[in-house]
Order: sequence, then C-alpha cells, then structure tokens
Amino acid sequence: MPQPRKAVALISGGLDSLLAAKVILEQGIHVEGINFFTGFCVEGHTHAIRKKDKSKTKRNNALWSAEQLGIKLHIIDIVEEYKDVLLNPKHGYGKNMNPCLDCKIFMVNKAKQWAEENGFDFIITGEVIGQRPMSQRKDTMPVISRESGADDRLLRPLCAQNLPETLPELEGWVNRDELYGFSGRNRKPQMELAAKFGFEDYAKPAGGCCFLTDENYSAKLVDLWDARGNREYEMDDIMLLKVGRHIRPTPHYKLIIGREDGENKFLQGYKNNYISFKTIDCPGPLTLLDGVATDEDLEFAARIAARFSQGRNTDSVTIEARRTNGDTTTLEVKPMPASEISPEWYV
Amino acid sequence: MAHFELDARRMFCPMPVIRTQDKIKELNIGDTLEVISTDPGALNDIPAWCRINGHKVLETRDREDEVFVLIEVCDV
Repeated sequence: MPQPRKAVALISGGLDSLLAAKVILEQGIHVEGINFFTGFCVEGHTHAIRKKDKSKTKRNNALWSAEQLGIKLHIIDIVEEYKDVLLNPKHGYGKNMNPCLDCKIFMVNKAKQWAEENGFDFIITGEVIGQRPMSQRKDTMPVISRESGADDRLLRPLCAQNLPETLPELEGWVNRDELYGFSGRNRKPQMELAAKFGFEDYAKPAGGCCFLTDENYSAKLVDLWDARGNREYEMDDIMLLKVGRHIRPTPHYKLIIGREDGENKFLQGYKNNYISFKTIDCPGPLTLLDGVATDEDLEFAARIAARFSQGRNTDSVTIEARRTNGDTTTLEVKPMPASEISPEWYV
Repeated sequence: MAHFELDARRMFCPMPVIRTQDKIKELNIGDTLEVISTDPGALNDIPAWCRINGHKVLETRDREDEVFVLIEVCDV
C-alpha cells in the first residue's frame, strides 16, 4: 500500500488558491490549508467596525474556502515576524508599500517549516504566471522556490505545465497531465475551472487581499513612520490606519476623526492611549489626537473636530478634550471653516 | 472535563479564530470553551472553524455588543 502523500496549501481566501487545492485533492492527495495573518489582510475589519456595514453578511474567505474544499485550515498569526518583511524587503516594494515578492517567499518558507513539523510532503499555492506584476512572474517563480527553501517541493497546480517539473510530479505523487498551464491576467480559465468544480460565490476582492497594495493606506503608513521618526509599529497602529479621517495639521500630531457611529465606538477604546475630543452640545464624531499637543494645539484640534460635528455651521461648539490620564478640559470653539482646512492636511 | 473562557474582545477577524484555535490545542477532549468577542463576524467565523476542524458548537448568542460561542472540544 503506497504511503498517502500530504500537501499543505496556502489558502488566501481567493479563487486561485481554492482551485489549486481542489486540483490536488482531485488527485487523491491529503490536503490541509494554511493561512497567514499579517495584520494587513483585508478581512472585513472595516465591516466589523462600521455600523452601516454590520447588516451585511461577513465571512472569513479562507475559512469559507476550506469549508468548500472539506479540508482543515490552520490560521497562523505572523504579525510580529512580518514586521521584518515589511521593513526590510530584500526585493523592494511594489507600486505602494507592498513587499509582495518577499512576502510570498516568507509565507512559503513558513509553510515549508509547518510541513516539515507536521509530516507533509509538499506545498501548493494558487500562483499563476503573469497574474501579479511583482510576485507572480516567470522570472520570480524560481526565486520564490529557491529563497523560501521549498525548492522542488513547491507546486503551483494552476500553472505547473508552464514550469519545470517538481518533486511531486517527478515522483508520480501527482499527474502533471492533470495540472494546468494558466498564464496571464485573464481570469476566464479560472472561472471556467471554478464552474467545472461547482464553486460559486467565491471571493472576488477588487483590490487584492492586502492593505499594503492600497495607495491610501500606504500613504497613511508612511506618514505615521515619518511623523514618529522611526518605522516601528504595533497592531493598534495598523488597525487605526483603517479607521476614520486622518488629518495632520502640523508635523507633531494628527487627528483621527470617526466617520460614523461604529467608528466612534471603536475609537473610544483608545481613549486611554490618545488625547480624545467629543462634542458636548451637539452630535459629533469622536476624535483622537496621535502625537503631542500644547493647550494651543488642543484648541486648534478641537476647532477641526467641531468642523465634522453637526454644529459645524454654528458660532460655537462645546468640546471636551480628555488627556490620557483622564483629565478633561472643556473648550468653547468656533468650528473651523472648510476653507481653512488645507487639502494637504488629509493623509 | 473542564470549562474555560476566552476573552477575545477588541480583536478583529481572524484574531478571535486564531486565539480559539490556539486555546483549543491546550484543552482536552470533552472540555468546553466559551469565547467572548466584540467582532460580530466571530459568530460566523468561529463556528466555521469548528466545522472544518471537527469541534462541536454547543451554543451561539449575542448580547448588546458582545457575541458568545460555546464550543465542546472533540477528538480530531
């Protein structure tokens, strides 16, 4: 009786990784999924925070994929380890702050370690040659195999026929003829394969699955680092970049202004970490101040916060400014006119 | 058999799932774990993780801004 072979599949929650795992399952291989949480994953955080989105059904797409496939899924927290990938990418960044090639090398390496620890024979990904401009090119595919240490134990079932044979193919664990030769950005072959397997309602993220590929998010991250004079960050920092309006009127502080009730409630959880402002005599947002502030700064910031309250067109708004030690100051301020808020302040 | 609680408040998807997964690794078959989360998505995600990984969800409920998922650890 031949030994049953096992593969670990990188499951992002998107269509390609779903299909890649299914192709290998169809060949009788035991497959389990692995999903990495970097902190920058686009996984419904804003859905969870924003009140207006709460009525929408939310799901974790990696879990959904695993359930469709009938496989186990192991979700791994790599937030701390990922900092080095983001801060020191050997292969540089993509269009924004996305270190896609280093990221893929890191994740495949982590999957390789997991496979070794758990007795799995090879690793599969949903990569397709030409699908992504940085990490999924014909010349970068061998770099990922080599630098991750996975070498010929890394199989890309969707484009394997365009690549040299890997160990699972050479050993006959999988049949190369039943793998695929997809390439390019055309999604039609994947959609046809999904239909063949009966997959419907799969995730179609418009901007990819990582906030670091987003221009606005990347700008906020760079602004945070510039303002602090170093590139350290914590989980709370990267969460807060996903929430509210970010306005930096001076280099030494920025304001994070809730845009609706759900965000205000979320920001309230940070009242002991940041100076906060709330309107007293009219409905308005909760505003956090990230940085250092003199009394003069507090008044200036309160005027900006008042601008986003329902008292914006009145002569005066009462605002309570709260220091992180709980001390409060009540300020009567004139809401700042829109014309005085420089577009350059918006991060 | 023992009962445990996991406070996953102020964490967002997939952290409540990761914490649940890691906690269950420490528990024995038949133990129960109640996860408390402020992410409403946990009501979908934690039961999905349990279905995939062979653990039993005994109860889910939400109260005000918190959700509760009660899990029985099974032999997997």
